[in-house]
Amino acid sequence: MYGKGILKGLGVTAKRFWETYTEDLAWLLRGKKRYYTEEGVRHRSSKDQKGIFTVQYPEERLILPEEARYLPFLVYNELADGKREILCTSCGICAKVCPPQCIWIVRSNDPTTGRPIPEPTEFFIDADICMNCGYCAEYCPFDAIKMDHDFEIASYGRNVYNMEQLLKSSEYYKSIRPQNYAREEAARKAEEEAKKAKAAAKAAAEAAAKAAPPPAEPPAASAADTQVNS
Amino acid sequence: MTTPAPASTSTIDLVARFPGVVQADARPGYSGFIVEKDSLIEVATAIRDEFGFDLMTAVTGVDYAPDKMEVVYHAYRTTGGPSLVFKVQVPRVDPVEVPSLIHLWPGVDLQEREAWDLLGIKFTGHPDLRRILMWEGFEGHPLRKDWKEGFYEEDTKPFKSRWPDGQFYMAEDKNPFKDNLTFPQNFDPEKWIPEGDALLYGALARYTVKSEEGISTDRIVINMGPHHPSTHGVFRAVMTLDGETIVGLKPVLGYLHRNHDKIGERNTYLQNMPFTDRLDYFNSMTNNFGYALAVEKLMKIPVAERAEYIRVIVSELSRIQNHLIFIGTTLNDLGAMYTPSLYTFEERELILDVFEAISGARMMCNYFRFGGVVRDIEEAEMNKIKDLVYERIPPKTDELDRMLSENEVLVSRMKGVRMINAEDAVAYSVTGPVLRAAGVPYDIRRADPYGIYDRFDFDVAVRYNGDLMDNYLIRIDEIRQSLRILDQAIKQIPQGPINSQKPQYQVRVPAGEAYGRVESPKGELGYYVVSNGKPNPWRYHVRPASFVNVTSLEKICVGTKIADFVVLLAMFDMVMGECDR
Repeated sequence: MYGKGILKGLGVTAKRFWETYTEDLAWLLRGKKRYYTEEGVRHRSSKDQKGIFTVQYPEERLILPEEARYLPFLVYNELADGKREILCTSCGICAKVCPPQCIWIVRSNDPTTGRPIPEPTEFFIDADICMNCGYCAEYCPFDAIKMDHDFEIASYGRNVYNMEQLLKSSEYYKSIRPQNYAREEAARKAEEEAKKAKAAAKAAAEAAAKAAPPPAEPPAASAADTQVNS
Repeated sequence: MTTPAPASTSTIDLVARFPGVVQADARPGYSGFIVEKDSLIEVATAIRDEFGFDLMTAVTGVDYAPDKMEVVYHAYRTTGGPSLVFKVQVPRVDPVEVPSLIHLWPGVDLQEREAWDLLGIKFTGHPDLRRILMWEGFEGHPLRKDWKEGFYEEDTKPFKSRWPDGQFYMAEDKNPFKDNLTFPQNFDPEKWIPEGDALLYGALARYTVKSEEGISTDRIVINMGPHHPSTHGVFRAVMTLDGETIVGLKPVLGYLHRNHDKIGERNTYLQNMPFTDRLDYFNSMTNNFGYALAVEKLMKIPVAERAEYIRVIVSELSRIQNHLIFIGTTLNDLGAMYTPSLYTFEERELILDVFEAISGARMMCNYFRFGGVVRDIEEAEMNKIKDLVYERIPPKTDELDRMLSENEVLVSRMKGVRMINAEDAVAYSVTGPVLRAAGVPYDIRRADPYGIYDRFDFDVAVRYNGDLMDNYLIRIDEIRQSLRILDQAIKQIPQGPINSQKPQYQVRVPAGEAYGRVESPKGELGYYVVSNGKPNPWRYHVRPASFVNVTSLEKICVGTKIADFVVLLAMFDMVMGECDR
């Protein structure tokens, strides 16, 4: 009593106050910059943080983890001839699973053949309704829709994004989410290889069936070959 | 009270005790007992006094259109053990009447008012059956299955009409006075005076009373809130004051009401998960947990072993950061304007960094899935969690304790200001830290373990004075216990899959009912879900901790000074998003 508790409390505050400056000094002595560098921000959001905790927002930004999600965007691959290959096949699962139902896809048919075109003609996302839950990206079977890292979306009006505004290249996706991209690429490659191997095995089996009588070794050998290939 | 609680309530034979009046609920997927309406009070009295189910936690109305309505009661023992579920079924003809249980369990007060408000079930014998979440002039009862709102689109999602002809429309383009509201016939909003609200709105009325000594004093009715900075959101308390002393108080809720239950009934099961995040926005992990438990019970699926540990880890981290915010904001309410809340927010930010890395969002995590979780905790994040649990949070908690717990100003404001005693707390269905600070060691993680909490060694934090100081200290105790659980969980977590199910955007849920409840940092958070086998739940009800705890506010505040009211309210750790839903 007699103010001891208050002094203790003020001591905690005083400690924080001094720590900001001692920490600054320590960084200075080590010849490193504590402010306006990625290293400094990283340190300030780690367990070793002491003293000042705030990030000077427009100049400094918190480092987003890869999984951070804001609004969805559509991924396209840039082809060699400059054309865009949109991964979306307008299957509509994203629109079905979307909790606030903010996705609208316009499908259309080929005018000559009358068959449906797999690519969407239009793709809208009402970004003001979107609740950033990430279901569309999670359940998309073609990895065609992904969650963006761009959180500065203030505007004067309603944000209903059309396909032109939503499309972003796979290079951009790779830059914000390198690990996810690598994992998906590996999975896609493995799948393609498996498909190829299956086709090769099928062809080998057919060839073996043609050569009568069917010997026991060749199919097994070809299977071993494809395994090596894949 | 000497025998421990039985492992299952199926050993309790209400049917034999009350032949002809009570029957077991034989519908597939359902459990519990159906009680005749006329003998409800008799049976409920026996349940409370003979069988010892003293804690009535959830009262839920269900509309089984077109034939009947049902009120479901979940009663528990404070000594632990599973629930006793009993129900009343009444024909769905107006008026739908059920006897009120408010004289047995005063804690059902607000919940019965909610069932009246949203479903139109009249509780006969309830002294103050007014609307609570909707406004007084609201037409109809929105959770009835035949009720259609202003912008009615379709009963269930996915909607077809959200973009008619490929064109989106903006809600504000629709004239709210023509399309958005349904008024009674011949209703003129200009001339409307709310019925039965004279007391609440007579804010300037002065009542002169004679005190025992014969001195005449003026009483005054004041509104505190809904936009008072100390009410942690849009909460309004209508108080009658005698000088500085509170002599009467009514909580007024519903300013943040979004009809979460109705939204939940339109969504598919999976679509509800991100909506639960938005209930108690400090604890989206815990909210996810309760809902996942309820639906997993319905689906009868196991949870992957690694996911069970991840669930414990994230919900305990969530508890720590919630209690940290609680300490910060409470001190804010006490007048320590900024410093303590900033210090507590430092630790919270680090925990949120972990949440962002594993789930993708800091607050609206949407992390749980039926049968597991959405994403594994990678090595790097696990190391971050270890750093927090072993190196960062324990010394910071000690520092907070050092700074605050002996602070004379804090002690003189908090010590001896009585919040609630154990008996009243149980009667008023108060759960969570407030109940434990009153001396009842009731923690769902121990009393009725869910997930894998029965594997961990931890103490139920309990304090016995029930004053503000104990209510504050118990939060620090709980942070320490959470750290203990985290320590064990981090050490025991196995490798393996994180979901027992294949990822699917449309889950199959067989018909039935389930009540999943978790110990959220605010108290018992329960989800009552009824399925009829369709993709969308038939009934989805949230039993929020803040909402039920606030029932006891009048009991607590009458007799205290108005200056203490701010802190007494802060001690409930209310989040209006959860309270009003």
